[in-house]
Amino acid sequence: MADVAMTMTPVRRAPLDGLAGDPRARWAVPMARFSLRLPEAAIGAASASLGLDLAGPINNVAEREGCAILRLGPDEWLVLANDADSAAIAAALDRGMPDRRFSLVDIGHRQTGIVLDGADAADMLSAGCPLDLDLAAFPVGMATRTIFAKAEIVLWRTAPTRFHIEVWGSFAPYVWALLKEIGREYPVMENTP
Amino acid sequence: MSEAFRLPDGGRVDRAQPLSFTFDGRRYGGLAGDTIASALLANGVHLVGRSFKYHRPRGIVSAGAEEPNALVGVGRDEAHYTPNLVATQISLYDGLSAVSQNRSPSLERDAGSINDRLWRFFPAGFYYKTFMWPRRAWTRVFEPRIRAMAGLGRAPKAPDAARYAQRYAHCDVLVIGAGPAGLASALAAAEAGARVIICDEQSELGGSLLAETEARIDGLAAQDWLAATLARLGAFDRVTVLPRTIAFGYFPHNMVGLAQDLTGYQGEPDDAAPRGRLWQVRAKQVVIAAGAIERPLVFPDNDRPGIMLADSARIYVERYAVKPGRRAVIFTAHDEAYRAALALHRAGVEIAAIADLRGAPEGAWIDAARAAGLPVRPATTISGTDGQLRVSAAHLAPIADGKVGRAERIECDLVLMSGGFTPSVHLFSQSRGKLRFDPALEAFVPGAPAEASLMAGASAGAQTLEATLATGYDAGDQAAGVSGTAQVRHFAVEAAPLSRGGFLGAVPHGRDPASVRAFVDFQNDVTAKDIKLALAEGFRSIEHVKRYTTTGMATDQGKTSNMNALGIVSETLGRPIPEIGTTTFRMPYTPVPFGYFAGYARGELFEPVRETPIHGWAAERGAVFEDVGQWKRARYFPEPGEDMRAAVARECRAVREAVGIFDASTLGKIEIVGPDAAEFLNRLYVNAWTKLKPGRLRYGVLLREDGFIVDDGVVGRIAEDRFHVTTTTGGAPRVLATMEDYLQTEWPDLNVWLTSTTEQWAVIAVQGPKARDVLAPLVEGADISAASMPHMSVAECRVAGVPARLFRVSFTGELGFEVNVPAEYGRAVWETIFAAGQPHGVVPYGTETMHVLRAEKGYIIVGQETDGTATPEDVGLGWAIGKAKPDFVGKRALARAGMAAQDDRKQLVGVLTEEPGFVLEEGAHLVADPAQKPPMTMLGHVTSSYWSAKLNRSIALAMVRSGRDRLGETLHVPLADRTVRVTLTEPVFYDPEGSRLDG
Repeated sequence: MADVAMTMTPVRRAPLDGLAGDPRARWAVPMARFSLRLPEAAIGAASASLGLDLAGPINNVAEREGCAILRLGPDEWLVLANDADSAAIAAALDRGMPDRRFSLVDIGHRQTGIVLDGADAADMLSAGCPLDLDLAAFPVGMATRTIFAKAEIVLWRTAPTRFHIEVWGSFAPYVWALLKEIGREYPVMENTP
Repeated sequence: MSEAFRLPDGGRVDRAQPLSFTFDGRRYGGLAGDTIASALLANGVHLVGRSFKYHRPRGIVSAGAEEPNALVGVGRDEAHYTPNLVATQISLYDGLSAVSQNRSPSLERDAGSINDRLWRFFPAGFYYKTFMWPRRAWTRVFEPRIRAMAGLGRAPKAPDAARYAQRYAHCDVLVIGAGPAGLASALAAAEAGARVIICDEQSELGGSLLAETEARIDGLAAQDWLAATLARLGAFDRVTVLPRTIAFGYFPHNMVGLAQDLTGYQGEPDDAAPRGRLWQVRAKQVVIAAGAIERPLVFPDNDRPGIMLADSARIYVERYAVKPGRRAVIFTAHDEAYRAALALHRAGVEIAAIADLRGAPEGAWIDAARAAGLPVRPATTISGTDGQLRVSAAHLAPIADGKVGRAERIECDLVLMSGGFTPSVHLFSQSRGKLRFDPALEAFVPGAPAEASLMAGASAGAQTLEATLATGYDAGDQAAGVSGTAQVRHFAVEAAPLSRGGFLGAVPHGRDPASVRAFVDFQNDVTAKDIKLALAEGFRSIEHVKRYTTTGMATDQGKTSNMNALGIVSETLGRPIPEIGTTTFRMPYTPVPFGYFAGYARGELFEPVRETPIHGWAAERGAVFEDVGQWKRARYFPEPGEDMRAAVARECRAVREAVGIFDASTLGKIEIVGPDAAEFLNRLYVNAWTKLKPGRLRYGVLLREDGFIVDDGVVGRIAEDRFHVTTTTGGAPRVLATMEDYLQTEWPDLNVWLTSTTEQWAVIAVQGPKARDVLAPLVEGADISAASMPHMSVAECRVAGVPARLFRVSFTGELGFEVNVPAEYGRAVWETIFAAGQPHGVVPYGTETMHVLRAEKGYIIVGQETDGTATPEDVGLGWAIGKAKPDFVGKRALARAGMAAQDDRKQLVGVLTEEPGFVLEEGAHLVADPAQKPPMTMLGHVTSSYWSAKLNRSIALAMVRSGRDRLGETLHVPLADRTVRVTLTEPVFYDPEGSRLDG
C-alpha cells in the first residue's frame, strides 16, 4: 500500500497564497521554525549545540547564515532557519542535551513570515503596533512579541527600513490586508523593492 | 457673493483665493483662511442656529473651540455628512455645504420657537416634574414629542464614505497647543535635543499670535516672530508638527489622544485618502499650553445674535479681516475688551459705548481707549437687550451704591462682552491633576499634577505675553529634562500691556429676576434663574446642580459657562468658590467623530476572520459556515435543493453507514514537553497520566479550583516527555493561559514547557465504518489495522506523503481517525483523502452533523451541556477521575461536603419527546407538574436537541435535578404555545455498548 503514498507530491499552500498585498510587503520564503524553551541553566548547552549564543538579552537576535534565534523571553526563543536544516536542529539539541531539560516544538506551519520593506515601514507598522519603533528605541536586530491591531505578531527589525513579521496562519490574511489598507496612506516610491 | 463686512486689507485670509459655499442652501463668498463662522460674519450673517430648549435664535459667540451656539451639519451628501460641527473650528473650502440645526422649517421661521413664548413652563428639571400623568402618555406621547423637539443635529442617513487612519506615536515631550507658550515650549525641548510632537487644533499654528498686530517679540512683529519660530522648529528633524490636530483626551500613563484632520478641512475630496487620523501618543512629558477661554457676562437676554465675546470679535477683525458689525456696545469687567474696542474702532466699527461693571477701571488699555475718544462708562451694566434675529439695542444702566439705576437704550447691531478669562484646565483635570483656586485671578489653575505633565502660558494663569512665553520656554526645558536645571530665557516683549479684571456669576440688572432670562449655558439653554431654582429646591453640591439644570453638560463641556455657574452658586449660597469646588472635566475636549475611533476596523478588517487551511475547499463546495469565536467553521454542505435538515440527515447517514470527512483544524492544541510533562498533567487534569504509554490517547477533563468543568479534550502521549493536548475550539487560548499561570505561579519547579500548536496542525477527521479502508492506502510508517492500532491510540507516520500524527479517536461513535498534518499541507492531504474516499462514498460533513452524531452518543460539549456549574459526576464523567491521585486542580472542591453530599444536583440525562417528530428548543425547562401556577418548580433544562435521522426521531440531552434517579419518569416541557410530555432516558441513544468504535 505504501507505494501509493510514495508517488504523491503534496502541495504546500500558505495562508497568503493568491492574496494581493501592499507592494512593500512580501511573503517570506517557507522556513523551519521552532519554539525553543529551556531553563537558564541549560542555555550554555543549547548554545553549544546550536552554534549560536542564546545568552544575549531578551528581545535580541542571534544570527548566522541560514539561522536566526530570536530571544522572546527569559526562557523562550524563536528559531528561524532554512527549511532543510529542520531535522539537523532537532538532532543537535537531542545530542547536546541528554537530560532533555528543554522543549523544542515545530511551529513551521503555525505561523508565516511577512517582510515589510520600505522607507515608511516603521510608520506603517505604527498604525497598529503600540511600541516605539524609532530606530533608537527599536534598533536593527531587535525582536519582540507584540500586537498589530487585533493580531499577535513577532516583530523583528532586520534593517533600518525593513521588518520581518511572524504571524499565525489564520491571522496572516488580516495582517496582510491591514498592511495593504494602511499602505494607501504611504505612496510607494519608485525604488521600493 | 458680496462680503460687505470684509475689511479691504489685513488679516491672514488670502484675497487671491476666493471661495464659494452654501449655508442653509444660500450661496455666500469667503476666502481661503476663513472658518465657516468668519465667512458668515463677512457676509453679515450672525444667526446660525436655534437653541436646544427654547429654540431661541442664536448667533456666533466666539472664534474657537469654546463656541456653544454655532453648531452646523457639514457635508456634500449623506455619506459625507457630519452633524454638530463647530462653525468656528471648520476651515472653509470651496463648495462647502453647511446647514443649521434644530430648526423647522427655517432659521428665521422656526415652529419650535413656541417654546420660547412658553418658557415659564420649562424651568430647570421640568421633565422631572411634568408629564407625570397619565402614566402611559409618557412613552406614547410625551417622550417621542420631546425627543423630536430636543437634541441637536441628526445622524447621517448613509454609511460614512470616509476612511480613518490611526497611529501610535512616542515622544519625549508632547506640547498641546501652539500658541506663544506652546511654541516656546517646543522650541526649548527641541533645542535640548528632545523628540517633540506639537499639536494644535487650528488650521494654523500660532494661537493668539495669529490675531496679534501690535506686540513685538525679540524685536520682531509678533507674526514675524511666529513665522521665524515655525521655521526654526521645522528645521529640527526630531520635531513633529501637527496642525488641525485636537488633543481630546488625556489617558493614564501619559497617553494622549489626538484627532488630526487630514482631508476633512478640504471637504474630503477623495474617499481614497483618509479623512482623519487618531493618534495615540505616549509621551515622557506633556506640556499643556491650551490657553484661556473668555467668559460671557450673564445679563438679561445676553443670547441674541450679534452678542459676542469681545476678544473673539477682535480675532475676527485682526485674523480674518471681518467687521462683526457696524455699531457696537461693549460690556466688560476686563481690560481686554478695551483692546477689542480699539481694534474694532480702527476697523471702522462705531463704538457706541464701553460699559464697564467696574467702578473705576484703569490701566494702559483704558487710557488708550479714552485717548482714542471711545465713550467709557464705568459702573455700568446692561439690564436687557432688544432684537429678535439680531440684537438691535442694549439697555445700559448705571450702578450706584449697589443699586441699578434707570437704563438708557442704545441702538447697536453688536454687543461685545468680556467677563475675563478662564484658564483651559480641561486636559490637566482629565489627567487627574488637582486644581487650585487662585483668588487673585478668580480662576481655577493647575495645582499638583498626577501625570508627568507641566502647564504653561495662559492655561497656567500667565497674564501677559511675556509671562506666557517665559513659562512656555521653562516648561519645555524642564520637560526635555536634559540639563537638569531649567534654563532661563527672557523674551523681550513690547507693546503688550497687562490686562486685568474679571467677573463671575450673574451681573446686577435691577429687574424682576422672575421675568428675565440671563443665559449661563447657551448650548443647554440654562439661565441664572434655573441655577437659583435648583439651589432653592435644595440642591447644594455643584455636581447635583449641574445634573439638575444640565449646565455645563453640553458638547462644549461648559467651556464658557462653568465658572459663571459656580459664581452664581457661590453668591446665592454665600460660600466662597473653593468651598463649592468644581465639576469633573471629561473627555473629549471637543467632539470627535466616531470614525476616528473605529479606524481601520471596518468591513473585512473589523475583526480577524480565522479560516482553516481547508476553508477554501469547503467554500468552493458551497458549505454554509458558522462563526465559532473568530473562526469560520463549515456547518453543513448542502447539495442542490437541500435545506439544513436534509443536508445534515444525509451527512449523518454517510458517517453511520460509510464514511465522512470533517475539518477539525480549529481544535485547540497544546504541545506539553519536558521531563515533568506527565506530572504537570497529573496535577492539572482529573485523569491519571503516569501510566499512559507513548502512542496512547486519553480523554482528559479539566476543572477549575471550584471543581467545575472548564474544558475537555483528547490527550496523546507522543513520547515519554511529550504530550499532544487538544482543547475545545473556543477554550484554546484560555486553557493555555490557565496552564501557563499554574506553571509560573504554583509549580515553577517543574521542567515542562507549553507551546500552542493549534495552527501547526490541520486536523482531518475521517469517521465511519469505512474510515480505515479510505485511509489505509495513504498511510506509510504505521499499521492502522484494528489489532495494531486500537481505539484511543496515536501513531507518527506519513499520510498522503506528509508527516502526520494519526489519532485513532472518535467523536461520532463510529470507527474514526483524526489525521494531523502540518497546516500548509492540510488542503492537499484533505483533497487526497477525499479522492481516495470516493469509491467508499465519502461525504464531507460540518459542525451541525458533528453535533448530532455526538449527541446520539451522549458525548458532552463543554459550554453546552456544562455551564460552569457542572462537576464530572454531574455529566457522567466520574470515571475519568484518577481516584488514587493525591491531588489535581478541583479535587478538594469536589470532596467538600456541600458538593459531594448534595443529592439533588443537576445530572445529565437523555430526553425523548412523547411525540417523536417534535424537536424541543434548547434552553427549554423541564417541570414535574405543568398545572402548577407560574413560577413553576423547574427541575432542569434542555442543553442539546436535534433531529436524529438514524433514530428517525428527535433526541435531546438535559441537565435535570437528580436526573439519574428519574430515568423513565415522565416530565413536561412548557413552551410558548404548548406543553410537551417527555421521558427521561440514559443519555446514550445509539450503540450504547460502543461496539462500533472497535470496528
